[in-house]
Amino acid sequence: MARFFAKHLAFLLLTLFVVSFLVFTLNEFSPGAVARKILGAYATQEQVDVLTRQMGLDRPLLVRYVDYLRAVAAGDLGQSARFKAPVREVIGKHLANTALLAALAFACIVPLSMVLGVAAGMREGSRLDRAILMLSTVVASIPEFALGVFLASVFVVWLGWLPGTATLVAGGGWSVAAQLVLPVAVIVLFDSGYVVSMIRASMVEVMQRPYIRTAVLKGLSFRRVILSHALRNAMLTPITVIMLQINYLVAGVVVVETVFAYPGFGRMMLEAALFKDIALVEAGALVAVFLAVATNVLGDLAYMLLDPRIRA
Amino acid sequence: MAALGESTPATVGLAIVLLWATLAVLAPLIAPYPPNASDLAALAHATPSRTHWLGTDHVGRDLLSRILWGARPVLVIAPLAVLGAAALGSLLGLTAGYYGRWIGIVITRACDIVLSFPVIILYMIILAHFGSSAWNIIGVLTLTKAPIIARIVRGMTLDLREREYVAAAKMRGESALYIMLVEILPNARGPLVVDMCLRTGYNVIIIGVLGFLGIGLPPPDPDWGGMVKDTYGMMMVWPHMALVPCAAISSLVVGFNLLAVGLRELGLRD
Repeated sequence: MARFFAKHLAFLLLTLFVVSFLVFTLNEFSPGAVARKILGAYATQEQVDVLTRQMGLDRPLLVRYVDYLRAVAAGDLGQSARFKAPVREVIGKHLANTALLAALAFACIVPLSMVLGVAAGMREGSRLDRAILMLSTVVASIPEFALGVFLASVFVVWLGWLPGTATLVAGGGWSVAAQLVLPVAVIVLFDSGYVVSMIRASMVEVMQRPYIRTAVLKGLSFRRVILSHALRNAMLTPITVIMLQINYLVAGVVVVETVFAYPGFGRMMLEAALFKDIALVEAGALVAVFLAVATNVLGDLAYMLLDPRIRA
Repeated sequence: MAALGESTPATVGLAIVLLWATLAVLAPLIAPYPPNASDLAALAHATPSRTHWLGTDHVGRDLLSRILWGARPVLVIAPLAVLGAAALGSLLGLTAGYYGRWIGIVITRACDIVLSFPVIILYMIILAHFGSSAWNIIGVLTLTKAPIIARIVRGMTLDLREREYVAAAKMRGESALYIMLVEILPNARGPLVVDMCLRTGYNVIIIGVLGFLGIGLPPPDPDWGGMVKDTYGMMMVWPHMALVPCAAISSLVVGFNLLAVGLRELGLRD
C-alpha cells in the first residue's frame, strides 16, 4: 500500500513539474505581452519596457521558473491580470462553482448509467440491449454545445420552463435551482452515454464467466445471479473508467459553462487563456492536472479495494 | 468491405459519413449561394423560406450554403489528425512495446503525462497562444491523441513480439524497423481501425467545440462550431441559426460512431 502511494505521488509530482514548465515556457513566445495586456493599447513602448523590467520579466526563463516554483511552494500563486485579484481567490471561487455542477452531474450519472448498463449487458443481444446501446451511442455523439442548444431550444425557447443562462445569481424570476437544471442535464446526457457502454461491455463479459453459469445451474433466481454474483465483478472496470471520466467531465464542463454563462472553472480558464492571463493559466493548469491525476489514483485505489486479487 | 452490410449500425454509419463526404466534395457545385455572401435584406425573413431553404444566419448569409461548405474543413482536419495520431502513436507504441526496458518506460510515462492532462485546457492554452489555423488544430489533435493509440499498440506489441513469426524474422536477420512495421503492425490493425473510427468522431466533436469556444478555425469561412457560437445568443429570436449547424455536426459524429460500433461487432464475430 505504501509503495502504491509512493509510486503515484512520484508520478503526480513529475506530471505537475512537466506541465508547469511547459506552460511557463509557452509564455516565452510572447515577451512583453503581459505588460502590454496590463497597460493597454495606448501605453508607449517605453512604459511597457519599464513594467516588464519591474515585474522581472526580462530575466532568463530558468531563473524566473525557479522563482515561480519557490513562490508557489510558499502558497503565492500571483495576481490575475484578467480578474484583478489574487489567483488563489479567483481559482477557489470558480472551482467551488464547478464542483457544485460536477457533483450534481456525478450524482445523476452513476446511478443512471449503472441501471442502464446492467440492464443492457445482462442479456447481450436482446432487444433492450440493442435499444440502450443505440441510444447511448447517439447521445454520446452529440457535442455538448449542441446538446445544450437542443435542450435550450425545447425548454427555454419553446416551452419557456427554464432559464437559458445559469449565472448563479437569482434574477429574472428564476431561482438558482432552476438555473442549474439544464447545465447538469447536458453533462449527464453526454457522459452517461460513454459510461453506460463501458458498464454494458463489462457486464457482457462477466455474464459469460463459468461462475455465472454455475450460479444459474444451481437454480438461483436470475435476480440473485445478477445482484449478488454479476454486479460486483462487473463494476471493476467501470470504476476506473468513471474516475478517468473526470477528464472528460472537465472538457464537458468548459463547454457547458460557456453555453450557459456559468461562472465556473472552465470558463475562467478559457477567459484567462484568451486574455493571456499567464499567472491564472499556469495555476489553473496545475490545479486541473492535480485533480485529474488525483482522481486516477482514487480510481486505482477503488479498483484494489474491490478486487481482492490485486490487493496483495 | 462487403461484410460491412451485415451490420446495421455499420451500414447506417457508413451511409451518413458518405453522404456528408459527397456533400462536402460537391459543395462548390450544389451550394445555392457563395458561403460568405451576406444578403442583409434577407434578415427581414431569416427563417427557412423558398429562397433560403434553411434560412440565413445573423448577417444574412445563406445557412444551407454555409453548412455545405462547413463540411469541408471538418472532413479534412478530423481524418488528417487521426492519421497523424495513428502514425505517431503506432511508432511510439511499437518502439515502447518492442524494446521494453528504459525506452519503453520513458515513452509510456510521457504518454501517461499527456493523457493525465485535461486536453481541453491544453487546447485552450496552445491555440490561444499560437493562434488557431487548420494546421495548428491538426497539430494539437495529433499530439494529444497519439498517446492513446500508442497505449493500444504497445499492449498488442508486447503480446505479438513473442510470436513465432517474429522470431523467424529475427532469425532471417531482418531489421527491428522491418519487424515492427511489416510483421507486428499489420497484425495489430483490427482494434486500431475501430479506434481510428471512434477517434475521427471525437475529433469532429473537438473541432466543433473549439469553434464554439472561439478558438477554432478563423472566420469568416464557415465552421460549424463557430456558426453556433455566433448565433446561440439569438436563440430566443432565431433558434434555427444555431440548431441547423448543431444538427449537422451531431449527425456526422453519429455516423462515425455507428460505424465504429458496427466495425467492432463485425470484428468480434470472426
